[in-house]
Amino acid sequence: MNIWQTVKLAVAGIRANKLRSFLTMLGVIIGVAAVIVLVSIGEGTSKSVTGKIQGLGSNLVSITIRNNETPVSLSYDEIMDWKARPGILGIAPVINGNVSVKYGNKKYDTSLEGINSDYEQVRNFHVQQGRFVIPTDLSFRQKIVLLGAEVARQLFGQIDPVGETVKINGENFKVVGLLEEKGGAAFGSNDDKVMIPLTTAERLLNSKGIRTVYVQAASAEDVDSVVAQLDNLLYKKIKNTDAYRVFNQAEMLATVNQVTGTLTVMLGGIAGISLLVGGIGIMNIMLVSVTERTREIGIRKAIGGKRRDILRQFLIEALVVSSSGGVLGILAGLGGARIIGSVMSIETGVSLQIIGLAFGFAVLVGIVFGIYPANKAAKLNPIEALRFQ
Amino acid sequence: MIKLKNISKYYQTGSITITALDRVTLDISAGEMLAIIGPSGSGKSTLMNMLGCLDVPSEGQYHLEGKEVSKLQEDDLAEIRNQKIGFVFQNFNLLNSLTALENVELPLIYRGLGAGERRKMSLQVLGMVGLSDRLHHKPAELSGGQQQRVAIARALAGNPPVILADEPTGNLDSRSGEEVMEILKELNRKGKTIILITHDPEIAKQVRRVIRIQDGQIVFSGEVA
Ligand SMILES: Nc1ncnc2c1ncn2[C@@H]1O[C@H](COP(=O)(O)OP(=O)(O)O)[C@@H](O)[C@H]1O
Ligand SMILES: [Mg+2]
Repeated sequence: MNIWQTVKLAVAGIRANKLRSFLTMLGVIIGVAAVIVLVSIGEGTSKSVTGKIQGLGSNLVSITIRNNETPVSLSYDEIMDWKARPGILGIAPVINGNVSVKYGNKKYDTSLEGINSDYEQVRNFHVQQGRFVIPTDLSFRQKIVLLGAEVARQLFGQIDPVGETVKINGENFKVVGLLEEKGGAAFGSNDDKVMIPLTTAERLLNSKGIRTVYVQAASAEDVDSVVAQLDNLLYKKIKNTDAYRVFNQAEMLATVNQVTGTLTVMLGGIAGISLLVGGIGIMNIMLVSVTERTREIGIRKAIGGKRRDILRQFLIEALVVSSSGGVLGILAGLGGARIIGSVMSIETGVSLQIIGLAFGFAVLVGIVFGIYPANKAAKLNPIEALRFQ
Repeated sequence: MIKLKNISKYYQTGSITITALDRVTLDISAGEMLAIIGPSGSGKSTLMNMLGCLDVPSEGQYHLEGKEVSKLQEDDLAEIRNQKIGFVFQNFNLLNSLTALENVELPLIYRGLGAGERRKMSLQVLGMVGLSDRLHHKPAELSGGQQQRVAIARALAGNPPVILADEPTGNLDSRSGEEVMEILKELNRKGKTIILITHDPEIAKQVRRVIRIQDGQIVFSGEVA
């Protein structure tokens, strides 16, 4: 018996019994849609977290020195000397503090970073207007400031802040740049801060010594050797491994990816279970159908249908049901992923792989749960089947 | 053509063994038309199942066109049914979801023929039974006589040498029954071997040879005047 013929018969059977066929498919539809939606949420989350970490700068190594563990701190000049070392492309030491910024009668409390000109490249953080900090700003302790997008909104509204003067902790600073919008970062907002030259910040905050340094390795291959060198240098100076940490962004990424990957697999697995339940639904209906169609099976056998013909017919029917359910499930899943993506405002690009996987699983479910009823049909005794009322 | 030798069939129901056929020996030559008659429960249908290769005997030998078929497996029997035997049942046994034409094509599909050849052969036999204008009707849209003619067309489609008809007129009014009998007699004139099972003496009168069966045994075989 030719396969195309069987498929046509199966489709006709499904059409003749629309409600029952739809209910049979529903399990598969929900299962496939759930796999697609949940996995794409998982992947979307993973992508956005990864993107944010990468947005912090590429091949980034960060160093923090803990206040309460050591009195030792690093000076700007000694840190910048590291730049001569192999594999190091840029170094951005940072001083942190909290300040209040005033423009006219508006006041806004925010955090401040004292930075150098390397910061722009190392942290991959640029201005959208005006200019960045340049080396002479540090040499002359210029009282200039870069405003984060959020700070600018709070103080200036829609007005262009570049060229205006603000008061930071009571001192006048000229706004020379407006920082680009980074959006909600993985750790605190990147837009809710101001940046001034590092040397100016030392004076303003009355802070001696640097406790945060961002180092950019020349390439991904250099990251490990840079980490090792920095570790070595810091140990020689501080002699207490608890007092500092050298942080490798690539490692962090790997950890995050592992966590989100596990999450995605778990979500997919849970959705997969609902597909299995859908398969049981198919089996249930098919068993009913085999009983209902016992006489038909008897007739087919009497006129020459072999076991494999009957087996194939019922298996193809199961496959037509499960793959139709699969296709409808894919459509529902694509729609669902889009809606949930826009509600949760994450990017849920549904990959072809997930679609293929979910569909393949649906087909597999059709085969696995179709084979028992199909086999039951194929094994019916023709005489008894013909007698069946 | 058909040689049964000491065919017995036993059915086991619980602890009781029923002997449905008891050492039946029977020769049927090609081109014969015969009726098997007997009271209900005498073993007619069981005999027909044996002759039609729907079942194998518990004991004895069955040669169909010289081939021993009593020990074959299910799928081999299916192939023989497909090639050698056309069935006509009392209750038509058409597939209700298929049209007349599709029903007739079914045995040819199982034979593995291509669509064009199937169509040609099916149209021809449907023409023979006078249903060329009912090709795309489903069984429910046809009268009993028409349904039985579709069933005959289906039995003929693969051009088998033997037609087995189990009470073919049992569910028909007398006029349709006569039509069906005329078709079968016409087929016999064209050379088909036709085996009728019936308990209607009027039907039995229309054939040359009658076999009477009782309690699973042949009690009479010959011509009835
Ligand atoms: N599948 C079966 N299982 C048990 N007994 C059966 C079966 N088929 C037929 N019989 C018995 O065999 C005998 C002959 O039956 P059957 O050939 O159907 O008779 P007929 O067609 O002449 O009415 C009856 O006694 C019937 O009960
Ligand atoms: Mg009977």
